[in-house]
Amino acid sequence: MSKLTPPLPKFLRPAPPRPSEKERSSDNGEPNGKPGRADKLRESAGEGGAQVVGWLDERTGASPFLRGALYRKVPKGTNWFYTLGSATMFAFVSQAVTGVFLAMYYNPDATRAYESASHITNEVFLGELVRGMHKWGSTVMIVLLFLHMARTFVFGAYKYPRELNWVIGVVLLVLTLAMGLTGYLLPFDQRSYWATIVAVNLNASAPLIGPFLADFLRGGGEFSATTITRFYALHMLLIPGLIAALIGAHLYLVAKLGTTAPPWLRAEKKELTKEEI
Amino acid sequence: MNAREKEEYLREYSILKTQGKPFFPYAVFKDTAMAAITLGVIILMAVLLGAELGPKADPTTTTYSPRPEWYFFFLFELLRVVKPPELVFMATLGIPTIWLMMLLLLPFYDLGPERHPLKRPIAMIGAVATVVGMAYLTILGAVAGSPAVIELEVAPRYEEGKLVTASQGCLGCHKIGESGNTLGPNLTHIGDRLGRDAIVRTLLNPTAPMPPYVDLQEESPEQFEQLVGFVASLKEEMPPPEESEPAEQASAEQK
Ligand code: HEC
Ligand code: HEM
Repeated sequence: MSKLTPPLPKFLRPAPPRPSEKERSSDNGEPNGKPGRADKLRESAGEGGAQVVGWLDERTGASPFLRGALYRKVPKGTNWFYTLGSATMFAFVSQAVTGVFLAMYYNPDATRAYESASHITNEVFLGELVRGMHKWGSTVMIVLLFLHMARTFVFGAYKYPRELNWVIGVVLLVLTLAMGLTGYLLPFDQRSYWATIVAVNLNASAPLIGPFLADFLRGGGEFSATTITRFYALHMLLIPGLIAALIGAHLYLVAKLGTTAPPWLRAEKKELTKEEI
Repeated sequence: MNAREKEEYLREYSILKTQGKPFFPYAVFKDTAMAAITLGVIILMAVLLGAELGPKADPTTTTYSPRPEWYFFFLFELLRVVKPPELVFMATLGIPTIWLMMLLLLPFYDLGPERHPLKRPIAMIGAVATVVGMAYLTILGAVAGSPAVIELEVAPRYEEGKLVTASQGCLGCHKIGESGNTLGPNLTHIGDRLGRDAIVRTLLNPTAPMPPYVDLQEESPEQFEQLVGFVASLKEEMPPPEESEPAEQASAEQK
């Protein structure tokens, strides 16, 4: 394990006590040299944080993993393009947070959906801002997703040994688009309703599975009251759950395999010989 | 990539990695800055562009032209670009499915060891062509209406009929103005050739492959009337839309 775990950088290693600190504690001590109560309190207060961390670590064994994740080296040449993946993830988190607040007021009932959406927009405190952030957040997330994909493509990052991460990424892309499709119906205004009808009918025209897929989405042969509850369940439970799980797998692989170096960089052979000696 | 190339890559990579910097704080700093920019952009867009809510969904009108989220424009637009009806399923599902499969399986057929973009000309040309194609379709979709829209200026009293006509799929086989396909006769000036009654007769008892529209007449006669009115109005010399507006309003006020 210790071989896999990089050492803590200098500034995080515990500093040895200064001479003055040692003196101070003996000053306040009782005559017999045992530390006083005030001393103990002060000491334990100071170490409280460290103790909690230690307690957790003793029971979870998390610190080698955390250390491995935080202090692993990223290869030479890592630049701003490498932030696009984490920015996508941040946009997803923002969608999740604003989505939770919307869900507090939204009502996925065909007769109430529009009214609750308009209640959010017009009456709830900051409601329009949160709805706007959720709506435009989807656009931002899609843009970042495509840019991130372009980055990994141009850098050849889908090649050995990161093939699986690319495959997971494509599934994430499809799921994110599915979020856009299912979410679009929920405000239940004319635009979202008719766009969704057309989209579902397009699905129905697919060979073989098309009609089944359309029936599944609609919750029957016709667009009905169940359709909106079904879209709601997909939009806020199933698909985001899958996305979160797959992001976890995606990041696990990133941490395990490391990110690629820019393909135009070559390792400096001089240092290689130095290390090999 | 063969075993030797894999070995070579891993060795090279491990050296580049030891020459790098720790993830914390260097990469974390950049990621945090990017997250702050992302949040800023989202809030800015929310404040500037707001969250509009159109009129409530009304399943009884078929007269609303659907418009998807912008990142689906290219799919809707493919529909319009691919004309022959027997190929439409290719546009809606065939091309996207093939594209998605090629994307998914990319690491399994692009096996060369080369990673530099300039030394992977085929991959880069394919990618640039895809991006240009999708961007082109998205822009087309953004400037045009949805595929079930007839792009034609008409007098306001024919607006409803225009939307009904578009929603009934006549464009699948007929051309009206710039929109639609060319399987059936062009209907742009059909009013000059056929009168109202002849059009009704065609709709109720058409020659194959045109489907009959008896159901529409029975289930929503009002929409059927609007449709016929619109189709019959399609003449070489259309009344200019602006002039007929006051008359329309006046007649509405009289009622
Ligand atoms: C499946 C394809 C198809 C659809 C959908 C379709 N049509 Fe047709 N239509 C045709 C064909 C083919 C003809 C020519 C029939 C013939 O040669 O007699 C035709 C003929 C006509 C004619 C007579 C044209 C003439 O010059 O005599 C009219 C009017 C017409 N269609 C209107 C409509 C309207 C309005 C709709 C939508 C409500 C519609 N059609 C939908 C295929 C279609
Ligand atoms: C919800 C969507 C996604 C999230 C949150 C996400 C997140 C990340 C993060 C944080 C990284 C680390 C490196 C970086 O930021 O560039 C990464 C790497 C990677 N991602 Fe994604 N990603 C997503 C979607 C995708 C998609 C759609 C693809 C491609 C189809 C993809 C392919 C890859 C690959 C190949 C790597 C490895 C890059 C390297 O080693 O240099 N990801 N992802």
